[in-house]
Amino acid sequence: MSWTSRLRRALPRPTRRRIIAGSATLVLVAGLVGWAVWPERDGWTTQDEMITVVSGPERNENVALDARLYLPRDRDGKVPAVLLAHGFGGTKESVSSDAESLAERGYAVLTYTAQGFGRSGGQIHLNSPDYEVRDAQGLLDWLAARPEIRTDAAGDPRVGVVGGSYGGALALMLAGQDPRVDAIVPSITWNDLTNVFLPQSADTSATGVFKKGWAGVFFGNGGTVPADGAAAPPPTGITIDPACGRFAADVCKAYLDVATTGSPEASTLDLLRRSSPAGTVGQIKAPTLLVQGAVDTLFPLSEADANARSIAATGTPVRVAWFTGGHDGGAGPQSDQDRVKFLTVQWLDHYVKGEGDAPSDSFTYSRVAGFSALDRDLVTNGYSTDAYPGLAGTGRTELELEGPAQPIANPPNGNPGAISSLPGTGGRLSQLLSGVAADIPGQFATFETRPVGSAIDVVGAPAVRLRAASPTGEATLFVKLYDVDESGTPTLSAGLVAPVRLTELPTSVEQAQERTIRLPAIVRRIEAGHTVRVVVATTDQAFLSPVQPATYTVQVASALELPTAVGTPIANPQTIWRYVLAGLLGAIVLGLAVLLLVRRRRARGQHEPTLPEFAQTPLVVRKLRKAYGDGFVAVEEISFTVERGQVVGLLGPNGAGKTTTLRVLMGLTMPTAGDALVFGHRLEPGSPVLSRVGALVEGPGFLPHLTGLENLHAYWKATGRPWADARFDEALEIAGLGDSIHRRTKKYSHGMRQRLAIAQAMLGLPELLVLDEPTDGLDPPQIAEMRRVLKRYATDGRAVLVSSHLLAEVEQTCTHAVVVNKGRIVASGPVEEIVGESPSVQLEVSDVPAAERVLDELGVRSVLPDGPSGLIVDMNGTPRSEVVASLVRAGVAVDRVVPRRRLEDAFLALVGDNSRGSGDR
Amino acid sequence: MSVATESGATGYRPSRTMPIWAEVRRQASRRRTQLALGFMAVLPLIVLAAFEFGGGEDEESGGAFDSLVGLATSGGLNFALFCLAVSAGFLLVVVVALFCGDTVASEASWGSLRYLLAVPVPRARLLAVKLIVALAYSAVALLVLTGVALIAGTLRYGWNPLGSTVAAEIAPGPGLLRLLAIVGFLAISMLVVAGLSFLLGVLTDAPLGAVGGAVMIWILSSILDQITALGTVRYLLPTHFSDAWMGLLSTPAQVDDLVKGAISAIAYATLCWGVAFWRFTRKDVTS
Repeated sequence: MSWTSRLRRALPRPTRRRIIAGSATLVLVAGLVGWAVWPERDGWTTQDEMITVVSGPERNENVALDARLYLPRDRDGKVPAVLLAHGFGGTKESVSSDAESLAERGYAVLTYTAQGFGRSGGQIHLNSPDYEVRDAQGLLDWLAARPEIRTDAAGDPRVGVVGGSYGGALALMLAGQDPRVDAIVPSITWNDLTNVFLPQSADTSATGVFKKGWAGVFFGNGGTVPADGAAAPPPTGITIDPACGRFAADVCKAYLDVATTGSPEASTLDLLRRSSPAGTVGQIKAPTLLVQGAVDTLFPLSEADANARSIAATGTPVRVAWFTGGHDGGAGPQSDQDRVKFLTVQWLDHYVKGEGDAPSDSFTYSRVAGFSALDRDLVTNGYSTDAYPGLAGTGRTELELEGPAQPIANPPNGNPGAISSLPGTGGRLSQLLSGVAADIPGQFATFETRPVGSAIDVVGAPAVRLRAASPTGEATLFVKLYDVDESGTPTLSAGLVAPVRLTELPTSVEQAQERTIRLPAIVRRIEAGHTVRVVVATTDQAFLSPVQPATYTVQVASALELPTAVGTPIANPQTIWRYVLAGLLGAIVLGLAVLLLVRRRRARGQHEPTLPEFAQTPLVVRKLRKAYGDGFVAVEEISFTVERGQVVGLLGPNGAGKTTTLRVLMGLTMPTAGDALVFGHRLEPGSPVLSRVGALVEGPGFLPHLTGLENLHAYWKATGRPWADARFDEALEIAGLGDSIHRRTKKYSHGMRQRLAIAQAMLGLPELLVLDEPTDGLDPPQIAEMRRVLKRYATDGRAVLVSSHLLAEVEQTCTHAVVVNKGRIVASGPVEEIVGESPSVQLEVSDVPAAERVLDELGVRSVLPDGPSGLIVDMNGTPRSEVVASLVRAGVAVDRVVPRRRLEDAFLALVGDNSRGSGDR
Repeated sequence: MSVATESGATGYRPSRTMPIWAEVRRQASRRRTQLALGFMAVLPLIVLAAFEFGGGEDEESGGAFDSLVGLATSGGLNFALFCLAVSAGFLLVVVVALFCGDTVASEASWGSLRYLLAVPVPRARLLAVKLIVALAYSAVALLVLTGVALIAGTLRYGWNPLGSTVAAEIAPGPGLLRLLAIVGFLAISMLVVAGLSFLLGVLTDAPLGAVGGAVMIWILSSILDQITALGTVRYLLPTHFSDAWMGLLSTPAQVDDLVKGAISAIAYATLCWGVAFWRFTRKDVTS
């Protein structure tokens, strides 16, 4: 067999229904996939342009800025604008997705590459009011001149300024310097760079500790032209100094100064202050939405807090939102990104576009809730409070720290150093869970609380009081707050540490003055049973620590202040799925209930006979027709009746439609037309009346791993009928398998299985027994025994229907016969009637022509030749003896005289030499 | 219900045919049932032996279960979790497909199906009993695996907290609840396999075709799920949420993905079973 024909056999026959169903599925799947991956038509157009602005303190330096204007495609009239600034080291490309989504919402969005970056000219002046901020003012002029942009007055565009980090500070400083700005959304940005790069967490005026890790990342990012500009020739006017990169000379000098010594000169501090919004933030009149990340060791939450307080002091609307992300944590989980996006759009829509209600003052934040297996990232829950509580929280919990004064060593050059965060790696948020924190033995002191009784929701900056002594009179310390779980695993929330530089210290800790240390603000739930550990360490790789080795003594006072807040959970949109699940389950239960009710009602109708007049007739088959789905007609039209006490034979060649008829009788197949009635009940699959029918159809079917007896038991159990009704003994006697009944049926011969199957059919002595080729595989004595059994069975009002392709079998077993061929009934009636003597005889003679002459003289009805020496003679009442005598007298030798019977006549005449069954038609 | 006896034979009631217990014993007598359940019991012991006698050299595979391997010997709960995690992707799928796909198809291939229908066991009842028993065996397989792993692991490694790399350790008591919840979710996600294999088992007479077909669809879906370019289409894949049980290791447990996974699995299973019942109650049984 070739593989194609094998394949064709294996596949279902392609009927019209299957083709339609198949193509419908295909179209549906293709449509779904297509819909999902089809690119949407952009809702905006873009236009790239080099915009030249006038920059510099003297307003005499022309700087070309690489800009791109996004315009909404479908806009009526003039549209409000958004100036979108990028982060440090980025270009206009790095904010393209934000720009696109804002343009989609109907804003003209101007993105540009700040001077000193990418293809823009100029140098990095670190958001200098004379350079970068002035550049942005020039861009506002440019926007006001565009015909598509809505203006408030001549030269005053309706514009919001949005940006993160470097761009966020620009937004704050531009709004502080230029009243034309209508609203700003600065995110993850700074208030004062001196606090950022020289943080000091103690209440002292001493200069802080240099944040060398982040400063290095910052400085390194400005040193080269980013990769996207590398392919093109460097823009004119860009010179790259090996030491300073594209930084302006004063910025470069300031960095080298502070990075070398850790204690900056006054000019450096001046430059950092000038590059900070702190100075002008009080002049901001534009409503401000401050978004700050809680996982940010560069610009911690305190920077946004300082901005918020300064702006709010002047009465300008300010709203604050925290998210779980930042310079260390990235954009945060999707729920946080969605919230920030929603707040930004709401803010711009109201204050720039003039649509929608005024946003509330509520403060929103999020807390790590766990880990999502599918996104392989953190999951956070959002919370809101009515107003921004600042870093002190709305409440406070005090815990008692325990621990003696401890000596800790500062190694030379701060090496080896403890690790708290990995600045600039942009690590995954989830790493915060496994923790990067590591303290070096001998370099840290530990103070710990007892396990907390109930969970504490810390929102804000915790505070401790610290006394320190140093032989050098100075100490650089790093104070950290760990959440320690029951198993002793410490977690440093967001990798945040409080750097402290204390001066004028005594040599003995008893004489030391107590200092209040404000730890970094965090959002964290300390679970019941956890302890809080405060660690004071001498080193941290992210910070510059003193070159000289020294041993300090530190003592943390027992009081630990934890600011708390109880936020209202922001509805998690995911919870809707729980309702979907409940709805789905409900629908399934409801559907099942309805189905069961309908079935029960329908089943009730099956108890009454369909046709009461046949209630005592075992079987009535009326005009049965069965056409299969592929168009093959197995049964054309068959009608017959089986009465009580009858053994009816269904006789026909292979493929005449016998088995199909029996299948319909067993409820295995639905008839196309006509019906079969058992005791007046129309047969359908599962009709209860089938329980009064025992059957062997299409050969035995047994569980091969069970013995014959177990098979019979299993079958009877499946009927659910009383055990005693089965009459196993009688059935086993009929099977006659002896001890083989205890062998597995897979070891049985064909005949044994056949006998077991007949026994199974007789279990419970059903009133109608239907047997398909029962003698198949039996040997002659068994066949004879089977005939007796069947004849005996049909007594007591029972009836038997036997199918066979063997004439002799039907003749010897049955009281009635139905002859079927090609799906139609050929003859039917009592066997005596159709088997009875036929008026014809088959003769074999030595001389056929002579015999014909003799027979003609005798006056028989007809003579037909049958083979070379045979004749079939319709005797017309002439005795056979007389025929033979006449022939012999005429000198014709008679070899054989065979009386013929009607059934044989009928069977052979119609089936005859054409032994092909209906299956071959 | 005196009417019922009128149309059928004495003592015959459609609702009493094919008792569930009879089907349970029918399946229990089969070698494949005994082998599958036996293997579920032996697997944890094999894993345990592998941990005990295997070399100490850890290979840097970088797979998704790396962290679970490292923690597997930290306690009975973690050992059970490891056994579940390594089985969830394929072994459980095969076993569930075997129980659910083979139950009807094998009766058809033996020819015993037509005798059950001629009893007559109502077709819907036959399917329902077969399905319930197949699901029960699948659940038993899952529980045997978990139970043996838990007992063997606890005897060997002790009753220690449930550890994971995604969150802090969970105390043994709540940890056991988490483990049971994971078993519950795995059971629900396996409903997809149960649905597919059962449907295929009704459509075909070849038991191997039904089992293999369901496993193949599962694997195909897993492969497609790896292709992130398919975007949101992946949410429709039956296997998309199959790893969501890991959210139960987080503190507090993350159930959003579990809920979505349950919706997906239940919807697919219901659809498959619906089609199976619809088809089986109408089709001509020719085998």
